[in-house]
Amino acid sequence: MEILIQQLFNGLTIGSIYSLVALGLTLVYGILHIPNFAHGAIYMIGGYITLTMMTYVGVNYWISIAVSIIVVGVLSVLMERLVFHPLRNTIIINNKIAAIGILLFLEALAQLIWGADFRQMSSPYNQVLNLFGVTFTVQRLLIIVAAIVVMVLLYLFLKKTFIGRTIIAMSQNREGAFLVGINANKVAMLTFFVAGALAAIAASLTSPINLVFPGMGHLVILKAFVIIIIGGMGSIPGAILGGYLLGFTESIGATYISGDYKDIIAFILLIIILTIKPNGIFAKGEH
Amino acid sequence: MPKKFEKYIVIFFIVLAIIFPLITQNDYYIHIMTLAFIWSIAVYGLNLLAGYTGYLSLAHAGFFAIGAYAVGLLTVKIEMGFWVAFILAPIITAVIGFFIGIISLRTKEHYFAIYTLCVGYVIYLIIDKWDSLTEGVRGLMGIPAPANIGPISFTTPLSQYYLVLAILLLVIFIIYRIINSLVGRTFIAIRNSEPLALSLGISTIKNKLLSFVLSTFFAGLAGALYASFVRFLGPDIASTAITFDLLMYLIVGGIGTLFGPIVGTTLIVWISQNLQFLQDYRMLIFGPLLTILIIFAPRGIMGIIGDWKVKSSEKKRNKEAQKSQSELKKEA
Repeated sequence: MEILIQQLFNGLTIGSIYSLVALGLTLVYGILHIPNFAHGAIYMIGGYITLTMMTYVGVNYWISIAVSIIVVGVLSVLMERLVFHPLRNTIIINNKIAAIGILLFLEALAQLIWGADFRQMSSPYNQVLNLFGVTFTVQRLLIIVAAIVVMVLLYLFLKKTFIGRTIIAMSQNREGAFLVGINANKVAMLTFFVAGALAAIAASLTSPINLVFPGMGHLVILKAFVIIIIGGMGSIPGAILGGYLLGFTESIGATYISGDYKDIIAFILLIIILTIKPNGIFAKGEH
Repeated sequence: MPKKFEKYIVIFFIVLAIIFPLITQNDYYIHIMTLAFIWSIAVYGLNLLAGYTGYLSLAHAGFFAIGAYAVGLLTVKIEMGFWVAFILAPIITAVIGFFIGIISLRTKEHYFAIYTLCVGYVIYLIIDKWDSLTEGVRGLMGIPAPANIGPISFTTPLSQYYLVLAILLLVIFIIYRIINSLVGRTFIAIRNSEPLALSLGISTIKNKLLSFVLSTFFAGLAGALYASFVRFLGPDIASTAITFDLLMYLIVGGIGTLFGPIVGTTLIVWISQNLQFLQDYRMLIFGPLLTILIIFAPRGIMGIIGDWKVKSSEKKRNKEAQKSQSELKKEA
């Protein structure tokens, strides 16, 4: 029983990270219908920026995260401007290939700047707590709480502010949004900024318990894709639920089935789901 | 440009490929060229599916690896004769491709790309983790070189070069026949508009599956050649990095063109060779190159040449039209 609770707690931690990454991916998909393969590289850059700020510049963990959010957000916007914007009217296959090009470039760039080594990020929250027989570090607790805070803020932003609502409007109905005078360029840039910021937060939060390296985005992005397919491409609640669902499945699967194959669980899940429902579980119909 | 002229260009390049080893006399260059040809075969497979049928499969390195490991495992673990294993390998790949195709082709567009990306990753993980069968990260060693056929042996780099070249030419010829047949036109119809193809009475499922299976067959064939040529296999050949490499060769050469795969692959492989000092950083150049090409020249080098040809023939026609008009005026 204690193992189960411990694993549920771990699942909650991993799930929080997955949800944050998947949220960015699903927001971009909702607006532009692009599966952004470069999102994992954006996530990785976020981890490195925070690490660099902490170790080389020597500032506080929170300030590092703030810097990372801004840098990665701007990088993400640049990507939209330079690549996806010129490609907005071509066939779909081109967007995917362009995104792969960016992904390859950013990974090589990270390797050039920071090297291929695995880096450890030290966190000021390494204390170990023991509550009701569950052992965890404060960092893990921080991940869970921070993820929830970010999600609530994102919800308020999207539902209560005017510019947030333009994002929702455009993902619901492009033509309708144009008709009421929403500026598509601004919304696209804003969405990419939010997506980049979410990735940076996720990477900065998880880096102290995992490691920072050029390939750290690979698995996360693949799993984020699995999540948004499970939750419905473009659906925000779907991304959050899917993230936690995958987190729990993985940590429980790793304990009770096989630790070696825990990374496969997500893909098997996806293969089963797409086999039964080729358009995802909560498909919104053809766009 | 007249058709005959094109034929001469093709013959010129074939002759060049045949006499290439005699010109260089350098085993290392021959080695690089052989590898480039092997990758080209895999890229031809990818081109059939992504270029002509319009389905971007990101599991291609996985199928390449299945072909390679099939040869490796059959010859090393079961000690089967080389040529039997070599013929079985692409068939095994195609059979696995058939079953994956049945399921994955139910999905479309983004779902297909993501689905195949995940399939590729699963293949990689299986090869990496299933130590007892594939030797995992230690790698599979001791794969034999191609066995002799009668008096011909394939132990020298030169003979292997010609073996690979012969198979490559055969593959190009087969692809040429496929895309100029009704089947090929059906693939293109599906790429251009699947609903339209369906409404014309084309069985899209059957044709997509055929394209997928053929594509995996060529990937498996290339993998089998790779295994017998490099004679050492690690799980890395199934990684997404290889898929992205293949995709890059295809985009640079020209997606959906007959000679795009060979042009792109040889070019990039040679450039990579000359950029050896860049090693892991070559993607600093190739990554943006891929993106820029997609934005400005989505059909790659062969696409640019094709456009130029169309334009120049238009110009010629205009000139001729003007000429005949002026002649008419003179006569009048």
